[in-house]
Amino acid sequence: MVKVNGAELDIAGKTVAQYLSTTNYDLKRIAVERNGDIVFKSQYEATILQDGDSVEIVSFVGGG
Amino acid sequence: MIPTKKEWTEALIARHGRELHQRFSSATVAICGLGGLGSNIAIALARAGVGKLRLIDFDHVDITNLHRQQYKASQIGRCKAESLVSNLQEISPYTEVEAVIEKITEENFAALLKDADIICEAFDSAEAKAMLVNGVLEQLPQCYLVAASGMAGMDSPNTIKTRRITNRFYLCGDEVSEVADTIGLVAPRVMLCAAHQAHTVLRILVGEYEV
Repeated sequence: MVKVNGAELDIAGKTVAQYLSTTNYDLKRIAVERNGDIVFKSQYEATILQDGDSVEIVSFVGGG
Repeated sequence: MIPTKKEWTEALIARHGRELHQRFSSATVAICGLGGLGSNIAIALARAGVGKLRLIDFDHVDITNLHRQQYKASQIGRCKAESLVSNLQEISPYTEVEAVIEKITEENFAALLKDADIICEAFDSAEAKAMLVNGVLEQLPQCYLVAASGMAGMDSPNTIKTRRITNRFYLCGDEVSEVADTIGLVAPRVMLCAAHQAHTVLRILVGEYEV
């Protein structure tokens, strides 16, 4: 299981890009943290989620 | 009559203590975007005695900015970066401030920011925020980054918070109040978020990394 923003999801083995494609996140508005490090945008396709990973998807909103 | 630099420094040391003053005054902080967040962050950091501020914005002061941004009616139509430098020089004459009148892009951010100790993301647009955060964390791993998301509207002030997302990436705001979904930005709530960012900068400078 992979923890994503606090929820345990059965997505181990998928890439970050594959998981994101199943969500409504706007890829231009997010940053992805995995086990304490940012996943570089260029690595979404190559990063395979492992059992026990903890992922946070930070989705930015406008205003400043 | 403006105090001398020596008097100014002694006053800051009397308030903050020598060690904090040394940490603050030797720091360089870059502020990306000089709207409601950036203009308030800049004033807070200048008052606290941060040594060098790099203020980056391509835009001009508009009448619709004055309900929350730290400019004056007389500055409408003038460049934000230069106007803020002028305001800061009145508030804190010995802070070293540099105006950079450029739009920050994926191509130029690294060159503009690489010698900063701490970078504040203070943009308006969600896409620009994400671009800068991803770019800085990938290409400038030596810098700390303090970003903001979610401070619009009339929701409770108590929902504005600071989280440490990675070792060098802090995020301030309620993370949900999108400007387009609310009545817009209201001065005190934006100032709260800017205060979270500015105070997080100072805490990093004194080695207080946990939130």
